[in-house]
Amino acid sequence: MKQSRRRALKAGGGAGVLALLCAAGVVSPGDVLAQSGNQAAFAMKTVREAMRALGAQAPAVSAAIQIKASEIAENGAVVPISIESKLPGTESITLLIEKNPNPLAASFTIPAGTEPNVSTRVKIGESSDVYALVKAEGKFYMAKKEIKITLGGCGG
Amino acid sequence: MRRREFLGALAAAAALGAPLGAARAQAARSLYDPPPFGNVSFLHFTDCHAQLLPTYFREPSANIGVGDAAGRAPHLVGEHLLRHAGIPVGSPEAHAFTYLDFEAAARRYGKLGGFAHLATLVKRTRAARPGALLLDGGDTWQGSATALWTRGQDMIEAQKLLGVDLMTAHWEFTYGEKRVQEAVKGLAPIEFLAQNVKTADFNDPVFKPYVMREMNGVPVAVIGQAFPYTPIANPRHFVAEWTFGIQETDLQKIVDEVRAGGARAVVLLSHNGMDVDVKLAGRVRGIDAILGGHTHDGVPVPLVVGNSGGKTIVANSGCNGKFLSVLDLEVKGTGVTDFRYRLLPVFSNLLPPDPAMQALIERVRAPYKAKLEEPLAVTEGLLYRRGNFNGSFDQLILDALMAVKDAEIGFSPGFRWGTTLLPGQPILREHLMDQTAITYPQVTLSEPTGAEIKAILEDVCDNLFNPDPYLQQGGDMVRVGGMTYACDPAAKIGARVFDFRIRNKLIEADKRYKLVGWAPVAEGAKGEPVWDVVEHYLKDRKTIPARSPNVPKLIGVERNAGLA
Repeated sequence: MKQSRRRALKAGGGAGVLALLCAAGVVSPGDVLAQSGNQAAFAMKTVREAMRALGAQAPAVSAAIQIKASEIAENGAVVPISIESKLPGTESITLLIEKNPNPLAASFTIPAGTEPNVSTRVKIGESSDVYALVKAEGKFYMAKKEIKITLGGCGG
Repeated sequence: MRRREFLGALAAAAALGAPLGAARAQAARSLYDPPPFGNVSFLHFTDCHAQLLPTYFREPSANIGVGDAAGRAPHLVGEHLLRHAGIPVGSPEAHAFTYLDFEAAARRYGKLGGFAHLATLVKRTRAARPGALLLDGGDTWQGSATALWTRGQDMIEAQKLLGVDLMTAHWEFTYGEKRVQEAVKGLAPIEFLAQNVKTADFNDPVFKPYVMREMNGVPVAVIGQAFPYTPIANPRHFVAEWTFGIQETDLQKIVDEVRAGGARAVVLLSHNGMDVDVKLAGRVRGIDAILGGHTHDGVPVPLVVGNSGGKTIVANSGCNGKFLSVLDLEVKGTGVTDFRYRLLPVFSNLLPPDPAMQALIERVRAPYKAKLEEPLAVTEGLLYRRGNFNGSFDQLILDALMAVKDAEIGFSPGFRWGTTLLPGQPILREHLMDQTAITYPQVTLSEPTGAEIKAILEDVCDNLFNPDPYLQQGGDMVRVGGMTYACDPAAKIGARVFDFRIRNKLIEADKRYKLVGWAPVAEGAKGEPVWDVVEHYLKDRKTIPARSPNVPKLIGVERNAGLA
């Protein structure tokens, strides 16, 4: 099972990941791509503007949201980030990269009954705070983590 | 009080240059027979960097701590360290743990380490601690000519004979995924542990994360933590299919799992580096002790860090085979109740070589002996590497690269391994390899702008002095030749390094400069191996005058206990 997953990924590259996860029923294409209503938010230049465009005004920091990512990115071009929400009634999970030209990197709607745990890979140009914005029972919450981008070398 | 006794006996036998006598035997007994304690024991060495023979290794005179780490172990050098640990100035232990009066002390007390001497000490310590596990923190398969030429095989044989039970890794990975997998297959009975190495695609574990063993009726768990930043600090293409990182959440899950499975003592065999270990110990619950490495800190007195689950002992066992950690735990029904810890310096003059290990070392060296022992030049000064900013051996490498490649600026990586040579010693080929034996040795030329040079130095400096240990990589600052600069370690990235000058003339942001470096992390880099370039220079010069390393003008750290 594991081996075939891996072969499929190698063959298909990035698109393969998406196709396969969709095929496996993890997410539907509509969840992965921006909902039409979010398009304005994706165009925003700052985290604050993007959050506002999504309707989030000063979201509260919540310890029930966990961002899982390496403290120092192994490769800034593809940084794996997972976000898990333990907030009851989680409706959406949004990822924002503060220092990217357009901070809003991905937004996932979470259908009722789905485990609110998403993973994606994003490009990060320079060391930056990343934000996880979660909408749960109609209210917005967030968590933050710093990810460092470095040239590498010279270690140890 | 025991510390004082053994120091006293050692001081009495301080004239170790004298023939083997009663005083020396007495010193060895006091030093190497610490009374056993408790019911569970771990022996640990780390970062030996493939040094099979005894060596000189000068500890740093610059190991600056910033943020919470300022003034705290391991960021104490010289007399600061001696005062903190209660070690008398001029004692053999002072020589093992510090750079103080290095040349004279090295001549008096002799070389440290060597697997034949380490083997004797391991046997002796184990005899008094039946069932003790021997842990190897990694950086074992890299650092010498023979390790590079046999792709770590000489060290694997030595590890087996030494009786290593468990290991984790860092530089091992620079032989590439395939070699590591193949070597791990042939490693039994040694187990290779790394909870934080996963496949890059689906995050599946690549290695066994931990083992459970029973020691004197007590179930214990040892979890492996490989160097988290291997694909960043070293070329990523060697481990393209794997991902690393600290992976705190997964570590917590494993600790909870082994506790639930009955482990009454939990040890993390870590290659995080000491500052990372200290931070981690405050955040992860349920680890009794972290036996750590990577940052090459010989820390005589371990730290005890509190967290929401209790307390965690954090130790770091130095490098180059200089030290053996002995951790004795008293474990009762509820868990660990008390401990004793010693970091024993391996004085090759005090410990007779183990004959079987000596024979193995001679056997693995035999095919290469003439090549290894060919003299390239004689050094008039002390040659060493370790230190935050530069060492005289790195300066020699920089001088050689700049001269041979006709470059105005030289960069040499801030590695912490590499042996030391005393004035008057011949520089043998194997000594040069001790400084350079890596799988990406290419010398490269480039023409960066002044602005790019600043960006590189800021980036590397942040990996050393970011106040958050999780954002450090555990190496030292890139060594810089041909150019002077100033450094304010406590400043933020972007403002930490400045005032770059070549022959006192400020460098210009838009102007390009010819720069020579080595150890490129990019895949496909071309260039002569650094050892060939430096050898050419050494053979040409024959006598190498003493040189002082080019170090930046330091700002704001005059009172830092990590700076002599």
